[in-house]
Amino acid sequence: MSVSAGRIVELARKELVQLLRDVRTRALIFAAPVIQLLLFGYAVRTDIRDTALFVVDHDRTTTSQELVEAFVTTGAFRLAGTSDRSDALVRALDAGRAVAGLEIPPGFTRAVEAGRPAAVQLLFDGAESNTATVAQGYAVLIVGDYARARAPGGVTVGGVDLRMRAWFNPTLESRIYNVPGVIALLVLLLCLTLTALAVVREREFGTLDQLMVTPLQPPEFLLGKTIPVALIAVVDLAVITVVAVTWFGIPFRAPLLVMLPASLLFILTGIAMGLLISTMAHTQQEAFMTMFLVLLPSIILSGFFYPIASMPVLFQWLTLANPVRHFLAVVRAAFLRGEGLEGLWVEVTALAIIGIATMGAARWRLRHGSGAT
Amino acid sequence: MTWRRLWAVARKESIQLRRDPRSLALAFAIPALLLVLFGYAISLDVRNLDLAVLDQSRSEASRRLVSTFTSSGYFRVVAQLEAAAEVATTLERGRALLVLTIPPDFEHRLAGGGGAPVQILLDGSDANTATIARNYAQAIVAGFQGAAGPLVEPRTRIWYNETLESRNTIVPGLIAVIMSIIAAMLTALTIAREWERGTMEQLAATPVRRSEVVLGKLLPYVAIGIVDVVAAVLAGRLVFDVPLRGSVVLLAGLSLLFLVAALSWGLFVSAALKSQLLATQAALLTTYLPALLLSGFIFSIAAMPLTLQLATLIVPARYFVAITRGIFLKDVGLAVLWPEALALLVFAVGAVGLALRSFRKQLA
Repeated sequence: MSVSAGRIVELARKELVQLLRDVRTRALIFAAPVIQLLLFGYAVRTDIRDTALFVVDHDRTTTSQELVEAFVTTGAFRLAGTSDRSDALVRALDAGRAVAGLEIPPGFTRAVEAGRPAAVQLLFDGAESNTATVAQGYAVLIVGDYARARAPGGVTVGGVDLRMRAWFNPTLESRIYNVPGVIALLVLLLCLTLTALAVVREREFGTLDQLMVTPLQPPEFLLGKTIPVALIAVVDLAVITVVAVTWFGIPFRAPLLVMLPASLLFILTGIAMGLLISTMAHTQQEAFMTMFLVLLPSIILSGFFYPIASMPVLFQWLTLANPVRHFLAVVRAAFLRGEGLEGLWVEVTALAIIGIATMGAARWRLRHGSGAT
Repeated sequence: MTWRRLWAVARKESIQLRRDPRSLALAFAIPALLLVLFGYAISLDVRNLDLAVLDQSRSEASRRLVSTFTSSGYFRVVAQLEAAAEVATTLERGRALLVLTIPPDFEHRLAGGGGAPVQILLDGSDANTATIARNYAQAIVAGFQGAAGPLVEPRTRIWYNETLESRNTIVPGLIAVIMSIIAAMLTALTIAREWERGTMEQLAATPVRRSEVVLGKLLPYVAIGIVDVVAAVLAGRLVFDVPLRGSVVLLAGLSLLFLVAALSWGLFVSAALKSQLLATQAALLTTYLPALLLSGFIFSIAAMPLTLQLATLIVPARYFVAITRGIFLKDVGLAVLWPEALALLVFAVGAVGLALRSFRKQLA
């Protein structure tokens, strides 16, 4: 029996109606992603700002006060408390009231004014290693600048004058880098939730058996399930991209020639993953849990928060099978660098291969697993 | 409420769990499996950043500057550029994260004492890594400045995690995040399933009360959750050697409190929505991304805008992340963690209350 376009359209129409009929589902599909983007767009910041700094100043002079001010005026630190006792700093770090600590020893001013070396103690809460790493870098720079400004003879004598510029994101604003990642995440989540239960639900209700006795072919069945979700996902992706660009001011330099095929392939891959999970599961509970088992690694091992270059080599290879990794690479390059297809065809091809392989597996499972209950 | 009926519901739920052995296996396997996977895979320790060098000076001093970069361990030279025209393409193609340009008169001006300019361009499209790279580069150049030691020497120490090993913070936080997500997932379908399959009508015909149903359904999942937490903590301790400095008893007690809160939230979602499809989506929406992004696990809560900081107050994972990190790394007790413990208690009581309220035995 050959594949019929008429039957596909009919099934797709029925699925679309079923999806959009329920007001709660409509809210989940269309409102939730926008709300989540607005929420998480504000959350995904890794540049440090207002890091709580606790100061123990044993010296208490204007000179030591200037060092404290040097920390605060950068905006990277905010004064969370001061004391003249060292154990207050310990308690502040323990309680999480401060993430960084600065201890200025007695005699600091005299040493600085006499041109003798003075030492200050910097403490960081390593339990937040992310913040600690970045804050430590800032703090060392601030102290260095402070010292150079007071060095006899001025700043640049015999020194190197470093001029640093960041391309593509001059202020190194981390939100610009992370919001495209959130977009990828929301789209994947949508595709998976709308498809992971799709087949197994029909199996649990027994309607799959009814479908099996109709002339409907497995590819028609899969396409009929895919098309409505793909339509919804494309609409959602467009909407949240517009919100990201207008609300968060994320630069969108992406050529459509890259974004369009990459987005479509990513959406299809997400749907194929969901359908594969659904055809393999015996119960909705199982499908739900498998989805979770797949979703978290897809996010954590995508390079979204944790750089792939920092992973062990074996895992770097494993991430090649992760569609989110490739889509993220495309989205970031296209959004921020305006890179064209010639620089990104590897990622787009990888998405195509993963998508086709996953859909093929789902088709195979549907034919061979339909006897299971 | 009788214990006999409550026990009967719990037993019935356990039998049902055993009949879906694959879901049960997933429930036990997921936390430890993911923890081991991520514990090995992820790290924030930035080393060997790709540096391209355009050395127009080709002098002893310029070579010394470059070797200061490489010997720090933070940078490795991936390309020696020949012409200024290559700088742009190197960054655009992503062949290097930074390009260091040393002008022809570098040595001359360094000797002349006029301040020798060098330029570093970095790829800001990965802002996280770029920020760290920028700070490293500045510190390295500052260290290159001259033989005379710095006037004020910062002595840096990292507490709780001396080597800034990112695994030590990731693993305790990850235990909290994984448990937040899996807990809601375990219970989100239980009541909705009974509605969909029509077994709720049968349950309604029995004398069992709603508090017995809710608590009876909760019990087996609390048991699974305890096994999960124990497995995850053991994996963190034995596989990754993450120090567990604080009280194990306190960790156990607060984990239990957290499990009751998160599992009851799942039950509430299930009872309120009565559809497995909707319950799945609602559970994911309310726990998955909030636990990942709003808990302080990855993104520091202090850096968020104030309104969002307030919003994180209703994310239970936030308190659990603080608790696991506090007990694992900081060796703090209830004297410090009481606000978190109190918040979890409020959540637990609130979620059980919501689950009870929304669960109506009466058929519509």
